[in-house]
Amino acid sequence: MLLKLKNCCKFRWRVVSDNNLEYRYMLSIKNLHASVNGKEILRGINLEINPGEVHAIMGPNGSGKSTLSSVLAGNPAFTVTEGEVLFNGKDLLALSPEARSCEGLFLSFQYPVEIPGVSMVNFMRAAVNEHRKYNGLPPMSASDFLKMMREKKEVVELDNKLANRSVNEGFSGGEKKRNEIFQMAVLEPKLSILDETDSGLDIDALRIVASGVNKLKSKDNASIVITHYQRLLDYIVPDFVHVLYKGKIVKSAGKELALELEERGYDWIKKELGENF
Amino acid sequence: MSTTESQYIDIYEKYSDTIFKNGVAVMNDCRQIAFDYFKDNGFPHSRAELYRHSKIKELFDFDYGLNLNRVKFPTSNNLFHCDVPINSYLCFLVDEAFYLPEKSKLEWDDLAKKGVLIGSIREMAQKYPDLVASYYHKAYGEKMDALVAFNTMFSQDGFFFYVPDGVVIDNPIQLICVSNANLPSISNPRNLVVVGDNAKASVLMCAHSLSNVESLSNTVTEVFVGENAHFDYYKLESTNAKSVSLSSFVLKQKGNSNVLINDMTLQNGFSRNNISVDLEGEGAELTLCGMVIGDSEQHTDNHTVVNHNVPNCVSKELFKYVLNDASKGAFSGRVFVAKDAQKTAAYQTNKNICVGKDAKMFTEPQLEIYADDVKCSHGASTGQMDETALFYLRSRGIPEAEAKMLLMFAFVNDVIENIRIDSLQDKIKLMVEKRFRGESSLCKGCNACK
Repeated sequence: MLLKLKNCCKFRWRVVSDNNLEYRYMLSIKNLHASVNGKEILRGINLEINPGEVHAIMGPNGSGKSTLSSVLAGNPAFTVTEGEVLFNGKDLLALSPEARSCEGLFLSFQYPVEIPGVSMVNFMRAAVNEHRKYNGLPPMSASDFLKMMREKKEVVELDNKLANRSVNEGFSGGEKKRNEIFQMAVLEPKLSILDETDSGLDIDALRIVASGVNKLKSKDNASIVITHYQRLLDYIVPDFVHVLYKGKIVKSAGKELALELEERGYDWIKKELGENF
Repeated sequence: MSTTESQYIDIYEKYSDTIFKNGVAVMNDCRQIAFDYFKDNGFPHSRAELYRHSKIKELFDFDYGLNLNRVKFPTSNNLFHCDVPINSYLCFLVDEAFYLPEKSKLEWDDLAKKGVLIGSIREMAQKYPDLVASYYHKAYGEKMDALVAFNTMFSQDGFFFYVPDGVVIDNPIQLICVSNANLPSISNPRNLVVVGDNAKASVLMCAHSLSNVESLSNTVTEVFVGENAHFDYYKLESTNAKSVSLSSFVLKQKGNSNVLINDMTLQNGFSRNNISVDLEGEGAELTLCGMVIGDSEQHTDNHTVVNHNVPNCVSKELFKYVLNDASKGAFSGRVFVAKDAQKTAAYQTNKNICVGKDAKMFTEPQLEIYADDVKCSHGASTGQMDETALFYLRSRGIPEAEAKMLLMFAFVNDVIENIRIDSLQDKIKLMVEKRFRGESSLCKGCNACK
């Protein structure tokens, strides 16, 4: 069993064994354990991501996909009990959520939060200027900021009016997800985690969101795409597909794995792992 | 009767000559009825339902002085200098005495030409005794209350504002109420506002404290709004920890009138605001809102009563509290719909967040409906800051303190948005933001509050 795993992710195995090479990765997760309310959800995750890569994480319900994204973003509701995460050589778990964002990590929420009374413009201005402050830059001028907002809105074909409304308040499911990608476009993260960005989207919205993500893709940034379905991966083509099951990555392969999962489901993997996994 | 009341009863009996001599006839005429009420009833005791969360009687145990001889405390000239960045007619109420500064941003003469009367209630009661007498203390009567009685017994001055029928005043009258005494004392300002039929006016009342000793102000404000009239009343309290502010506000609204009351408590010591509104003519519309920002051990208790006495009136009520540290807030709001007040629309909302671990909130929304064709709602919620929203903001790079500030600001924003004067709205937003940042919320534009 162990051998099999080793074989399918040769690349990973080689690197984990050589500590000196760690700095090469944008993100390196080692033996990550996390729990919520005393219940262990992540039971030893190992994952490395290089710039320019797109990693898809799939898995049955309750396998820990969203927990992984929450833990990486620093959601205080989750407790990390073991393991380490390096992001561009820095100890990610020691950073506050806001510092993680300023370091270039972005989480597109599965359920974006409605915040009545805070306008999108004020929210984004505060975020952009905090990022600039973190990087030792002066606040952006009002005209530059508005110009940038206009440009970025086009990435996801976001309605002008949405930007003047309160954050996500009264947005439809599709608008909320587009708004997430809009924020991603504005903040220009190095690593973006898209947590079930496809859920609740109709086909047109899915296409817009996916093309937004693709437009933002470059050789210097990377994405983790968490999804239930192969459909999204038709648009955002992953370099690697990982299967998360019971808090561990149990299978990693190229994009063809997603197609296989779509066809065969997860049962064959569960069977392979045996009942006592 | 306990010693708390008897000391004030003794003072009144012993010094009634002085009180009457220094008072004016119109006000003197009401003192005896008030005294009789006070003698019979005293302050509400600690178990009184309406004052459950504000122990009024104990407040009066403190050894305050009553300025019966109208001694003037030294005031600095700075007090009367004000350049608040809103266009307003400015006047002052220092402790209990009314001042009209010679210079104001806007000319008083323009108002005088229109027949508007504004000034000290004392002087106005001498100049226009019949006019003042026809309104003074008329909003009370059966509704007498210990605080109103106490004020009526001792009050000697206050703010009088009369807008004749059909007169429209676009800019607000700004009344700055300052407690300035250098000895612990009680002041009893008495305000009377009459807005005639088809008239339009607005009043901004800023309460501040310049004294560094204990002070108690027991204000009574009576407002009469005529048919088709528009009236906005903004009250902004920004005092200090040693201030006790008791306020009784009563409003009588005639048909098709439109009134907005916005009661904002930014910084205070102990406050109890009684707001009572009678909708007395069909088609009257009332927006009653308020917010409280509390920290340290501030205590703020708003008690509102809206009486729908006639059909076809609308009232919208919204109160929001943000309580930090160990501050305490209380809200009790009653909407009363009389038997024949059909087609009433009355909405009441009270939302609160306890940010501080030791902060406490007590809320009692009440509806009392005797009509059968009405639209009424009431709701109250008290909770902590929304953790998911906080994380969402932080995940975009906004630091925790800043994110909390944004959320608290957003929470009270819909109360601020009710302000119908744009420049005032901007100014309040600034003050509230400063307040949440922990800076002094006092308005920097005005020397009275420096």
